[in-house]
Amino acid sequence: MLLIHCPYCQEDRPELEFRHAGEAHIARPADMAALSDEDFERFFFIRSNPKGVVFERWRHMHGCARFFNAARDTVSDRFLKTYKAGEPKPDLGGEGR
Amino acid sequence: MVDAAARISPLDGRLFQDEGILVEPAVPAVRLALRAPSAARAALSKALGIDLSQRPKASAVHGARAALWLGPDEWLVIDEEGGDLMAACGTVTAFHSAVDVSHRNTALLVSGRRAADVLSAGCPQDLSRGAFPVGAASRTVFGKVEIVLWRTGEEAFRVECWRSFSDYVFMLFEAAARDA
Repeated sequence: MLLIHCPYCQEDRPELEFRHAGEAHIARPADMAALSDEDFERFFFIRSNPKGVVFERWRHMHGCARFFNAARDTVSDRFLKTYKAGEPKPDLGGEGR
Repeated sequence: MVDAAARISPLDGRLFQDEGILVEPAVPAVRLALRAPSAARAALSKALGIDLSQRPKASAVHGARAALWLGPDEWLVIDEEGGDLMAACGTVTAFHSAVDVSHRNTALLVSGRRAADVLSAGCPQDLSRGAFPVGAASRTVFGKVEIVLWRTGEEAFRVECWRSFSDYVFMLFEAAARDA
Protein backbone atom coordinates (compact mmCIF):
# COMPACT_ATOMS: atom_id res chain seq x y z
CA MET A 1 0.00 0.00 0.00
CA LEU A 2 1.14 3.53 -0.79
CA LEU A 3 2.19 5.54 2.25
CA ILE A 4 1.59 9.28 2.24
CA HIS A 5 3.30 11.64 4.66
CA CYS A 6 0.72 13.88 6.34
CA PRO A 7 2.35 17.22 7.29
CA TYR A 8 -0.16 17.69 10.12
CA CYS A 9 0.04 14.19 11.64
CA GLN A 10 3.80 14.27 10.94
CA GLU A 11 3.99 10.65 9.90
CA ASP A 12 3.47 8.27 6.99
CA ARG A 13 -0.10 7.03 6.81
CA PRO A 14 -1.83 4.52 4.51
CA GLU A 15 -3.35 5.87 1.31
CA LEU A 16 -6.82 4.57 2.28
CA GLU A 17 -7.10 7.48 4.71
CA PHE A 18 -6.59 10.08 1.98
CA ARG A 19 -8.61 11.70 -0.79
CA HIS A 20 -7.32 13.52 -3.83
CA ALA A 21 -8.67 17.07 -4.08
CA GLY A 22 -7.57 18.53 -7.40
CA GLU A 23 -4.75 20.76 -8.58
CA ALA A 24 -3.04 22.97 -6.00
CA HIS A 25 -1.98 26.62 -6.12
CA ILE A 26 -4.94 27.84 -8.15
CA ALA A 27 -5.50 31.42 -7.06
CA ARG A 28 -9.12 32.46 -6.81
CA PRO A 29 -9.66 35.76 -8.68
CA ALA A 30 -10.21 38.71 -6.36
CA ASP A 31 -13.02 40.14 -8.46
CA MET A 32 -14.93 37.16 -9.83
CA ALA A 33 -17.76 39.25 -11.31
CA ALA A 34 -15.38 41.18 -13.56
CA LEU A 35 -14.02 38.04 -15.25
CA SER A 36 -14.89 37.39 -18.85
CA ASP A 37 -16.50 34.04 -19.61
CA GLU A 38 -13.27 32.83 -21.21
CA ASP A 39 -11.19 33.80 -18.17
CA PHE A 40 -13.68 32.21 -15.83
CA GLU A 41 -13.61 29.00 -17.85
CA ARG A 42 -9.81 29.01 -17.65
CA PHE A 43 -9.85 29.52 -13.88
CA PHE A 44 -12.69 27.13 -13.13
CA PHE A 45 -12.34 24.22 -15.56
CA ILE A 46 -8.97 24.20 -17.29
CA ARG A 47 -6.24 22.24 -15.50
CA SER A 48 -2.68 21.64 -16.61
CA ASN A 49 -2.70 17.82 -16.17
CA PRO A 50 0.94 17.29 -17.15
CA LYS A 51 2.79 14.02 -17.39
CA GLY A 52 5.40 14.09 -14.63
CA VAL A 53 5.52 16.26 -11.53
CA VAL A 54 2.21 17.76 -10.45
CA PHE A 55 1.24 19.87 -7.46
CA GLU A 56 -2.00 18.65 -5.96
CA ARG A 57 -4.29 19.20 -3.01
CA TRP A 58 -4.91 16.16 -0.89
CA ARG A 59 -7.07 15.68 2.15
CA HIS A 60 -6.33 13.42 5.10
CA MET A 61 -10.01 12.58 5.06
CA HIS A 62 -10.03 9.71 7.58
CA GLY A 63 -7.21 11.07 9.74
CA CYS A 64 -6.77 14.66 10.84
CA ALA A 65 -9.19 15.72 8.05
CA ARG A 66 -6.87 18.54 6.99
CA PHE A 67 -6.18 19.64 3.39
CA PHE A 68 -2.53 19.83 2.41
CA ASN A 69 -0.48 20.04 -0.77
CA ALA A 70 1.66 17.40 -2.40
CA ALA A 71 4.16 17.21 -5.23
CA ARG A 72 3.63 13.91 -6.99
CA ASP A 73 5.07 12.27 -10.07
CA THR A 74 2.20 11.00 -12.20
CA VAL A 75 4.51 8.59 -14.04
CA SER A 76 5.96 6.76 -11.04
CA ASP A 77 3.05 7.65 -8.67
CA ARG A 78 5.71 8.65 -6.15
CA PHE A 79 5.04 11.44 -3.66
CA LEU A 80 8.08 13.75 -3.82
CA LYS A 81 7.02 16.04 -1.00
CA THR A 82 3.97 17.00 1.03
CA TYR A 83 3.56 20.34 2.77
CA LYS A 84 0.93 22.28 4.69
CA ALA A 85 -1.77 24.26 2.92
CA GLY A 86 -0.78 27.88 2.46
CA GLU A 87 2.92 27.17 2.15
CA PRO A 88 4.62 28.15 -1.13
CA LYS A 89 5.46 25.64 -3.84
CA PRO A 90 8.61 23.87 -2.69
CA ASP A 91 11.79 23.81 -4.71
CA LEU A 92 12.17 20.18 -5.65
CA GLY A 93 15.70 20.63 -7.01
CA GLY A 94 16.73 17.82 -9.32
CA GLU A 95 13.75 15.66 -8.37
CA GLY A 96 11.25 18.06 -9.89
CA ARG A 97 13.03 18.04 -13.27
CA MET B 1 -49.43 6.80 26.23
CA VAL B 2 -45.74 6.25 25.97
CA ASP B 3 -43.71 8.69 28.00
CA ALA B 4 -40.53 8.51 26.00
CA ALA B 5 -38.99 6.27 23.39
CA ALA B 6 -36.80 3.68 25.06
CA ARG B 7 -33.22 4.16 23.90
CA ILE B 8 -31.64 0.86 23.03
CA SER B 9 -27.90 0.52 22.71
CA PRO B 10 -27.15 -0.69 19.15
CA LEU B 11 -24.96 -3.54 20.39
CA ASP B 12 -27.00 -4.46 23.43
CA GLY B 13 -26.19 -7.98 24.57
CA ARG B 14 -23.61 -8.62 21.85
CA LEU B 15 -20.37 -10.28 22.87
CA PHE B 16 -17.73 -12.07 20.89
CA GLN B 17 -15.08 -14.21 22.45
CA ASP B 18 -12.54 -16.45 20.79
CA GLU B 19 -8.98 -17.59 21.35
CA GLY B 20 -7.06 -14.44 22.37
CA ILE B 21 -9.78 -11.96 21.47
CA LEU B 22 -12.74 -10.36 23.24
CA VAL B 23 -15.07 -7.84 21.59
CA GLU B 24 -17.70 -6.18 23.74
CA PRO B 25 -19.76 -3.00 23.59
CA ALA B 26 -18.54 -0.13 25.78
CA VAL B 27 -20.82 1.45 28.33
CA PRO B 28 -22.84 4.45 27.07
CA ALA B 29 -20.85 7.68 27.26
CA VAL B 30 -21.17 11.40 26.74
CA ARG B 31 -19.16 12.53 23.72
CA LEU B 32 -18.16 15.88 22.36
CA ALA B 33 -16.84 16.79 18.93
CA LEU B 34 -14.68 19.76 19.85
CA ARG B 35 -13.11 22.19 17.39
CA ALA B 36 -11.06 25.07 18.68
CA PRO B 37 -8.16 27.30 17.62
CA SER B 38 -5.05 27.19 19.79
CA ALA B 39 -6.10 30.46 21.50
CA ALA B 40 -9.05 28.68 23.15
CA ARG B 41 -7.19 25.49 24.04
CA ALA B 42 -6.02 26.46 27.50
CA ALA B 43 -9.43 27.77 28.59
CA LEU B 44 -11.21 24.67 27.26
CA SER B 45 -8.68 22.35 28.91
CA LYS B 46 -9.33 24.06 32.21
CA ALA B 47 -13.11 24.00 31.84
CA LEU B 48 -13.14 20.31 30.91
CA GLY B 49 -10.52 19.42 33.50
CA ILE B 50 -8.45 17.59 30.93
CA ASP B 51 -5.43 18.51 28.85
CA LEU B 52 -6.27 18.99 25.16
CA SER B 53 -2.98 17.89 23.67
CA GLN B 54 -1.42 19.50 20.60
CA ARG B 55 0.62 16.41 19.80
CA PRO B 56 -0.63 14.23 16.92
CA LYS B 57 -2.22 10.92 18.01
CA ALA B 58 -2.05 11.95 21.67
CA SER B 59 -4.70 11.24 24.28
CA ALA B 60 -5.27 12.45 27.82
CA VAL B 61 -7.22 10.69 30.55
CA HIS B 62 -8.54 12.11 33.77
CA GLY B 63 -10.82 9.82 35.74
CA ALA B 64 -13.69 8.71 33.48
CA ARG B 65 -12.95 11.49 31.02
CA ALA B 66 -10.69 11.31 27.98
CA ALA B 67 -9.66 13.72 25.22
CA LEU B 68 -8.34 12.29 21.96
CA TRP B 69 -6.42 14.39 19.44
CA LEU B 70 -8.07 14.03 16.03
CA GLY B 71 -6.62 17.00 14.16
CA PRO B 72 -4.65 20.23 14.76
CA ASP B 73 -7.82 21.92 16.06
CA GLU B 74 -10.07 18.95 16.73
CA TRP B 75 -10.60 16.62 19.69
CA LEU B 76 -13.03 13.89 20.67
CA VAL B 77 -13.92 14.19 24.34
CA ILE B 78 -15.48 11.16 26.02
CA ASP B 79 -16.98 10.99 29.50
CA GLU B 80 -18.18 7.59 30.70
CA GLU B 81 -19.79 8.93 33.85
CA GLY B 82 -22.26 11.21 32.12
CA GLY B 83 -20.54 14.49 32.97
CA ASP B 84 -22.11 17.55 31.34
CA LEU B 85 -19.43 18.40 28.78
CA MET B 86 -21.61 20.90 26.93
CA ALA B 87 -22.16 22.90 30.11
CA ALA B 88 -18.43 22.87 30.83
CA CYS B 89 -17.65 24.24 27.36
CA GLY B 90 -20.47 26.76 27.74
CA THR B 91 -18.48 28.55 30.43
CA VAL B 92 -15.68 29.28 27.95
CA THR B 93 -16.06 32.58 26.12
CA ALA B 94 -13.15 32.01 23.71
CA PHE B 95 -14.25 31.08 20.19
CA HIS B 96 -14.80 27.34 19.75
CA SER B 97 -17.31 24.80 18.48
CA ALA B 98 -18.64 21.96 20.64
CA VAL B 99 -21.18 19.47 19.32
CA ASP B 100 -22.72 16.74 21.46
CA VAL B 101 -22.29 13.48 19.52
CA SER B 102 -23.09 11.13 22.41
CA HIS B 103 -25.79 9.35 20.43
CA ARG B 104 -24.05 9.47 17.06
CA ASN B 105 -21.17 7.31 18.23
CA THR B 106 -20.96 4.03 20.00
CA ALA B 107 -17.87 2.13 20.99
CA LEU B 108 -16.50 -1.40 21.08
CA LEU B 109 -13.81 -2.60 23.41
CA VAL B 110 -11.41 -5.02 21.77
CA SER B 111 -8.93 -6.84 23.96
CA GLY B 112 -6.77 -9.90 24.09
CA ARG B 113 -3.52 -11.26 22.76
CA ARG B 114 -4.74 -11.17 19.14
CA ALA B 115 -6.48 -7.77 19.36
CA ALA B 116 -3.96 -5.87 17.19
CA ASP B 117 -3.81 -8.69 14.61
CA VAL B 118 -7.59 -8.84 14.29
CA LEU B 119 -7.80 -5.05 13.99
CA SER B 120 -5.17 -5.13 11.27
CA ALA B 121 -7.52 -7.22 9.14
CA GLY B 122 -9.51 -4.04 8.51
CA CYS B 123 -7.31 -1.18 9.67
CA PRO B 124 -4.42 -0.15 7.40
CA GLN B 125 -2.42 1.69 10.07
CA ASP B 126 0.75 0.31 11.64
CA LEU B 127 -0.49 -0.96 15.01
CA SER B 128 2.86 -2.18 16.29
CA ARG B 129 3.73 -0.93 19.76
CA GLY B 130 6.41 1.40 18.39
CA ALA B 131 4.13 3.19 15.92
CA PHE B 132 0.92 2.98 17.93
CA PRO B 133 1.87 2.83 21.62
CA VAL B 134 -0.48 2.66 24.59
CA GLY B 135 -2.34 5.98 24.71
CA ALA B 136 -2.15 6.58 20.96
CA ALA B 137 -5.42 7.59 19.33
CA SER B 138 -6.30 8.33 15.75
CA ARG B 139 -9.13 8.60 13.33
CA THR B 140 -8.69 5.92 10.67
CA VAL B 141 -10.67 3.31 8.76
CA PHE B 142 -11.79 -0.21 9.62
CA GLY B 143 -13.04 -2.10 6.60
CA LYS B 144 -15.38 0.34 4.88
CA VAL B 145 -16.13 2.63 7.79
CA GLU B 146 -14.40 5.45 9.58
CA ILE B 147 -13.47 4.79 13.20
CA VAL B 148 -11.56 6.46 15.99
CA LEU B 149 -9.06 3.98 17.34
CA TRP B 150 -7.54 4.38 20.78
CA ARG B 151 -5.04 2.00 22.34
CA THR B 152 -5.99 1.85 26.01
CA GLY B 153 -3.60 -0.94 26.95
CA GLU B 154 -0.90 -3.21 25.53
CA GLU B 155 -3.61 -5.57 24.34
CA ALA B 156 -6.69 -3.36 24.57
CA PHE B 157 -8.31 -0.96 22.12
CA ARG B 158 -11.36 1.24 22.09
CA VAL B 159 -13.04 1.50 18.69
CA GLU B 160 -15.42 4.44 18.31
CA CYS B 161 -17.72 4.23 15.32
CA TRP B 162 -20.98 5.73 14.18
CA ARG B 163 -23.94 4.00 15.77
CA SER B 164 -25.49 2.87 12.49
CA PHE B 165 -22.19 1.24 11.42
CA SER B 166 -21.68 -0.65 14.68
CA ASP B 167 -23.35 -3.86 13.46
CA TYR B 168 -21.00 -3.93 10.45
CA VAL B 169 -17.97 -3.26 12.66
CA PHE B 170 -18.96 -5.99 15.09
CA MET B 171 -19.50 -8.56 12.35
CA LEU B 172 -16.24 -7.61 10.66
CA PHE B 173 -14.46 -8.29 13.96
CA GLU B 174 -16.11 -11.73 14.12
CA ALA B 175 -15.08 -12.55 10.57
CA ALA B 176 -11.56 -11.18 11.07
CA ALA B 177 -11.09 -13.14 14.29
CA ARG B 178 -11.83 -16.37 12.41
CA ASP B 179 -9.24 -15.57 9.73
CA ALA B 180 -6.51 -13.50 11.41
